[in-house]
Amino acid sequence: MTVTAWNKHGNAQRGGCAASSCGSSSDAVAQLPDAIRAKVNNHPCFSEDAHHHYARMHVAVAPACNIQCHYCNRKYDCSNESRPGVVSEVLTPNQAVKKVLAVAAAIPQMTVLGIAGPGDPLANSARTFETFRQLSEKAPDIKLCVSTNGLALPAAVDELCQHNIEHVTITINCVDPDIGAKIYPWIFWNNRRIKGRQAAEILIAQQQKGLEMLVARGVLVKVNSVLIPGINDAHLPEVSRIVKAKGAFLHNVMPLIAEAEHGTFYGLTGQRGPTSEELQTLQDACAGDMRMMRHCRQCRADAVGMLGEDRGQEFTLDKIEHLEVDYAAAMVHRAEVHAAIEAKRAAPATVSAPRSAEMLVSLPLTTAGTKTPTPPTRPILMAVASGGGGLVNQHFGEANEFLIYEASVRGVRLVGARTTGRYCHGSAHCEDGDTRLHKTIRVLDGCEVVLCTKIGFEPWGQLEAAGIIPNSEHALERIEDAIAAVYQELIAANYFKQSRIETQRLTA
Amino acid sequence: MALRIIESCVNCWACEPLCPSHAIVAAKPHFLINASKCTECAGDFADPQCASICPIEGAILNSDGLPVNPPGSLTGIAPPRPTLIVTESPPV
Ligand code: SF4
Ligand code: SF4
Repeated sequence: MTVTAWNKHGNAQRGGCAASSCGSSSDAVAQLPDAIRAKVNNHPCFSEDAHHHYARMHVAVAPACNIQCHYCNRKYDCSNESRPGVVSEVLTPNQAVKKVLAVAAAIPQMTVLGIAGPGDPLANSARTFETFRQLSEKAPDIKLCVSTNGLALPAAVDELCQHNIEHVTITINCVDPDIGAKIYPWIFWNNRRIKGRQAAEILIAQQQKGLEMLVARGVLVKVNSVLIPGINDAHLPEVSRIVKAKGAFLHNVMPLIAEAEHGTFYGLTGQRGPTSEELQTLQDACAGDMRMMRHCRQCRADAVGMLGEDRGQEFTLDKIEHLEVDYAAAMVHRAEVHAAIEAKRAAPATVSAPRSAEMLVSLPLTTAGTKTPTPPTRPILMAVASGGGGLVNQHFGEANEFLIYEASVRGVRLVGARTTGRYCHGSAHCEDGDTRLHKTIRVLDGCEVVLCTKIGFEPWGQLEAAGIIPNSEHALERIEDAIAAVYQELIAANYFKQSRIETQRLTA
Repeated sequence: MALRIIESCVNCWACEPLCPSHAIVAAKPHFLINASKCTECAGDFADPQCASICPIEGAILNSDGLPVNPPGSLTGIAPPRPTLIVTESPPV
């Protein structure tokens, strides 16, 4: 994979990241220009390394929305910025500030506060900006970010810059109004509801203008796109090219999630979401153009914690209402924790550079000069159950998501994350174990190995039957090391001699 | 002359800040329009603001009690056709 980083200064930076891009010195963030790298270094959503160490939170202060998307049902939170079918507790700006301070004191790793909904933050500008104003004053060590559909963005840029917002996410699903008309049924614009192609035309123009204005002001812009098969799948590489040319520094393609029970237009009309493989293919197609956020999880609008976990229940309104936070003291503690994390991050980086080189050398294909014929190999996908920290440290049955890595003779790289437990809100609503297992196996489609700390007898058999090799022998190891080791074991066992199909039959 | 918010309102707040007459109350269990304050936006805007941003079909009624945004008008999903319940076989 080749990464082209932000070329604001006209000089696109290209750098290979065949080796691991997670937690090592070849972290793709390392290839960004210094100023941007400094900004994203501790951001769990941007830096593949930082997401192992830092946490982010969202506060739901922005309920209203000024557009309708066909993948959204306004009975619930915005399904782009949040998970569909979820309702967040809407907070007033004062409540939100209280919650942020309480969380920041309790979870010092929390470095980023985002407002992403449940509607459009800029359609609720008074509430959003009041929250930001108080936080920049009371908690200057927290980075602020905001997500928007872009319609109200140009009008908000001045005020955003006043609050020293560090980055903005714009959801851009298309740059062609004919495609837009199939995604957005209406917008509210200049005090009127506007429908159809004209609505899409205005929205697209506002998004592009907002993007240009932010880049001109030096604000980091990330672009999110929802991949809707048959609607914008073929169009997204062009979106990626255009937003990159205009100076967006990240493009994040996320899968459409459409189920009839969410009551969305797409859900009710049978529009399907992409398969894991379709998503990955598209992310690969866009990766040539721009750095992609492979580790993105669609978080809910009131998410609290490390990516992939949600500690929101610990900080509900009734729990924080009477809390008095001494933030000055908390800030001292937070600074200590951050320094410790940085020391830890700096240490293995110096070790891991030679380590990944060593890994490359030790793989059979690169051992030129030996007489023995080189066994056949090919790149394969492996799934990892990990609760964070860059380690294989989760039980298969407890994993709500799997990190997907590609292993090849060129090295190990993170290519994405797949979620299984999206609609599981505790045992009461959960499907029985069997259905859940089947769902998980479907999600792992295309992977040939799954690494975890432990796995039950039943799922072991079913995974094998599906042609996926379970492996719990690398518990608590660094993910990249574990995957490299398994890849070598496979080569040694002549695994790649057989085609995937044969392998499946053999293990079935 | 006033619009009315009914129980299908999802409390999304979109209408409240737009009302030129400050007639909308964030009441429980759902938002309400103070009929004595609502002007139907006459003199301020061409269209009633609340009904122009409300995402929920049928949640806001006009002074005749009819939905300003009838089923299908916002989502494009056609309302289910009224089904005829036939209790006896029709005469041939
Ligand atoms: S019609 Fe106009 S005045 Fe009446 S409640 Fe709606 S926004 Fe307010
Ligand atoms: S816009 Fe509609 S759904 Fe939202 S609060 Fe107002 S009446 Fe209720």
